[in-house]
Amino acid sequence: MHRILYKETLGPDVTLYRLHAPDVAAYREPGQFVLIRICDEGERIPITLADVDRDEGSITLIIQSVGKTTLKLAQMEIGDSIPDIAGPLGKATHIEMVGHVLCVGGGIGTAPLYPVAKAMKDAGNEVTSILGARSENLLILEDRMRAVSDKVVITTDDGSKGKKGLVTDAISELVEQGAKFDQCICMGPPIMMKFVCLLTKKLGIPTVVSLNPIMVDGTGMCGGCRVTVGGKTKFACVDGPEFDGHEVDFDEMMARLNTYRNEEKISLERYSDETGCRLEASLKGGAK
Amino acid sequence: MKPAERLKIPPTSMPEQDPKERIHNVREVPLGYTPEMAMVEAQRCLQCKTPFCIEGCPVGIDIPGFIRAIEQGDFSEGVRVLKQKNLLPAVCGRVCPQEEQCQAVCVIGKAKKDPTKAVMIGKLEMFLADWERKQGELATPPEVRKTGKKVAVVGGGPAGLTVAGDLIKYGHDVTVYEAFHKAGGVLVYGIPEFRLPKAIVQAEVDYLEKLGVKFRYNFIVGKTAPVAKIVEENDAVFIGTGAGLPRFMHVEGENLLGVLSANEYLTRANLMKAYSFPQSDTPIVNGRTVITVGGGNVAMDCARTALRMGAERSLIVYRRAEEQMPARLEEIHHAREEGVEFHLLNNPVRLTGNDKGWITGAELIRMELGKPDASGRRRPIAIEGSEYVMETDILIVAIGNSPNPLVPSSYPELDVTNWGGVIVNEVTGQTSVPGVFAGGDIVLGAATVILAMGHGRRAARAMNLYLSSGRWTDLEDSLELCRAEVR
Ligand SMILES: Cc1cc2nc3c(=O)[nH]c(=O)nc-3n(C[C@H](O)[C@H](O)[C@H](O)COP(=O)(O)OP(=O)(O)OC[C@H]3O[C@@H](n4cnc5c(N)ncnc54)[C@H](O)[C@@H]3O)c2cc1C
Ligand SMILES: Cc1cc2nc3c(=O)[nH]c(=O)nc-3n(C[C@H](O)[C@H](O)[C@H](O)COP(=O)(O)OP(=O)(O)OC[C@H]3O[C@@H](n4cnc5c(N)ncnc54)[C@H](O)[C@@H]3O)c2cc1C
Ligand code: SF4
Ligand code: SF4
Ligand code: FES
Repeated sequence: MHRILYKETLGPDVTLYRLHAPDVAAYREPGQFVLIRICDEGERIPITLADVDRDEGSITLIIQSVGKTTLKLAQMEIGDSIPDIAGPLGKATHIEMVGHVLCVGGGIGTAPLYPVAKAMKDAGNEVTSILGARSENLLILEDRMRAVSDKVVITTDDGSKGKKGLVTDAISELVEQGAKFDQCICMGPPIMMKFVCLLTKKLGIPTVVSLNPIMVDGTGMCGGCRVTVGGKTKFACVDGPEFDGHEVDFDEMMARLNTYRNEEKISLERYSDETGCRLEASLKGGAK
Repeated sequence: MKPAERLKIPPTSMPEQDPKERIHNVREVPLGYTPEMAMVEAQRCLQCKTPFCIEGCPVGIDIPGFIRAIEQGDFSEGVRVLKQKNLLPAVCGRVCPQEEQCQAVCVIGKAKKDPTKAVMIGKLEMFLADWERKQGELATPPEVRKTGKKVAVVGGGPAGLTVAGDLIKYGHDVTVYEAFHKAGGVLVYGIPEFRLPKAIVQAEVDYLEKLGVKFRYNFIVGKTAPVAKIVEENDAVFIGTGAGLPRFMHVEGENLLGVLSANEYLTRANLMKAYSFPQSDTPIVNGRTVITVGGGNVAMDCARTALRMGAERSLIVYRRAEEQMPARLEEIHHAREEGVEFHLLNNPVRLTGNDKGWITGAELIRMELGKPDASGRRRPIAIEGSEYVMETDILIVAIGNSPNPLVPSSYPELDVTNWGGVIVNEVTGQTSVPGVFAGGDIVLGAATVILAMGHGRRAARAMNLYLSSGRWTDLEDSLELCRAEVR
């Protein structure tokens, strides 16, 4: 059993958890993730390890509530326990001194990006970060990202904070101003990663993305997480989750994420009807 | 009773759930023998002087011995005989390919020229094991003196569980490291409930726990901790991580939505209980038509699961003919009874999809059988120009699994074959690393439960000898020596 040691709301539907999991913390490296199961009849869901504290034997997860499992978890309190955390899984990020690193995070993607940006900074790189969100209240981890970046640019779709526009606009602008990037690391919604990669390919900036396909075991056993990279089938859980963004077939991955759309809706609605718990985002949608 | 009389008794068929009903539930299909039925079936055994059946069993169970006990109504004696050699009789009785093993060589089957008419050895085994479980809690053997030696078992499948059960009885301190949240390996994530109730596997795991075996779940050796650390911290290690790597067909359209590996389909359905979605949270894809590609037990399990998930048509597409299908006869028979359609001598060459990326059909090509290949089976050859499209909503790829690369790839000290199987001494299970043993599907590639158990048995004996003598070289000879002493 893994006790929730700490819990903090970072934004609408986004929560940070510190959980007791000494085995997972012991050998974890940035870029790795865990599979968690929060109750007996529960689903296994993959979540990036945002941080670990080996002295405390704890791991930090930052989770956006988007469906039944993540919403149900958000109802749990400090002191409650979840039964299963398996990991750390996936390959570690390749951390290296390359010069100037551009970190691009979109929405919840900033959570997996943070430990990588931190490691890149610790390795001696100059780090410029671009954080994008639909609107100000959906921005997360700004302070933490500032602490590990030499420069931070914020973009929001509605202009409520930073520049109005998309992260790709901000990349173009930085490059036009003369910034030279040796490497880009981009994590966020697939559609954002797709467009960032199209741009950085044109700009000639090698780009690493972290993919989030649907997973079951996370150990290479089911092939559910398969993605096409450079024309070859890869299992994201063991060959990734990070890949060369210029080689990824994003359209296929985005389609595959829809596999269980209907079932996910049924699960969420059923849960909401039973408990009265709803996603803040859908509450807002309903008020419109 | 005279042999001639015994020969006249027809095989006792086991009552089963009606096919029309059972495809709407996940309960076990065979309902078990009553004691009376078992005793009648036991009378069919001739108690041969040279019992070929024993030779046919990979772990050499004293088959006439336990059958005699059943005939005499002494079931606890039967259980005792059975368990001398087989730790998991409730499992093997249900899933062994008996028609290729013990029953293939039984003289009764030979006399009737049909292994399905042999003495129902597997069914009798199932009866005894179930009888024992119904008696309530198993008695634990008396405490043995602790040796103070620490053993790690990596993987909680039949191979690992067997090693754990044997070594704890020798007094060693045994910990099983299992990647999933439940032990049992394929027995819990792959083989469906309707063929092997999970409560049976759980009872075995609970029993091992009672004997003092420790289980560490969600522990992926090679990830949660390096293999080298587990090797360092233990006096001996057994690797039984199975053949969990799914093979795909590498045809166009294989990444379409609705195309999935048997491992994924069965893991969702069994381990994650998707059959009770939305009571359980894990979803599974459903469709009116489901094609399963393959001809083994795995394929039969998928095709039959699909019916239980509500498919109107469940089709097996297999590139060879029925005689070459590696599945157990009983599975093929049950699948037919339940309405699974067999499209033999057919092979997918391409999968087609719609604009949303979902599969809509499989382009199949007809096959004919040519000369025997390396496996001794006649090689299927495509008939050019015979392609046609079969519409489908789901396609499950069940064409085999390879050894799980997770441990070997993160531990290069371990020698593996060119197809990824861990190389071991066949008698002792010793690997290229002193102190490390291996067995089951990680060595054999996808094989059988009883072979995995047999490997576990042999490795456990060698491990015990290694732990007590500290000798790694010539372990094989010493093992022969002590076996001679026992005799
Ligand atoms: C390697 C990896 C790392 C991730 N890290 C984070 C993280 O740090 N923080 C975070 O908030 N989210 C992360 N995710 C996404 C997270 O796994 C999903 O949001 C979660 O599974 C949703 O579960 P649900 O039951 O609440 O929602 P559901 O209603 O089940 O699904 C909502 C959406 O989540 C995705 N999803 C559903 N099931 C799975 C699954 N088994 N595996 C992957 N995606 C799924 C699908 O896109 C789906 O449409 C990560 C995903 C991957 C693959
Ligand atoms: C669907 C299906 C149906 C089958 N039907 C039959 C049948 O009818 N009859 C028959 O005889 N055989 C059948 N088989 C084959 C049989 O199940 C296997 O041969 C047998 O289970 C092999 O046992 P094992 O212990 O070697 O491996 P497995 O049963 O595969 O167990 C390996 C275990 O190791 C764990 N593991 C893997 N990697 C790690 C790691 N790094 N760290 C920790 N744990 C790890 C896995 O999670 C798993 O629990 C079937 C197989 C399948 C898939
Ligand atoms: S273990 Fe399998 S092969 Fe051996 S007697 Fe039992 S059913 Fe037959
Ligand atoms: S070969 Fe058949 S008849 Fe002879 S002992 Fe074995 S089970 Fe009995
Ligand atoms: S999640 Fe099953 S293989 Fe990656």
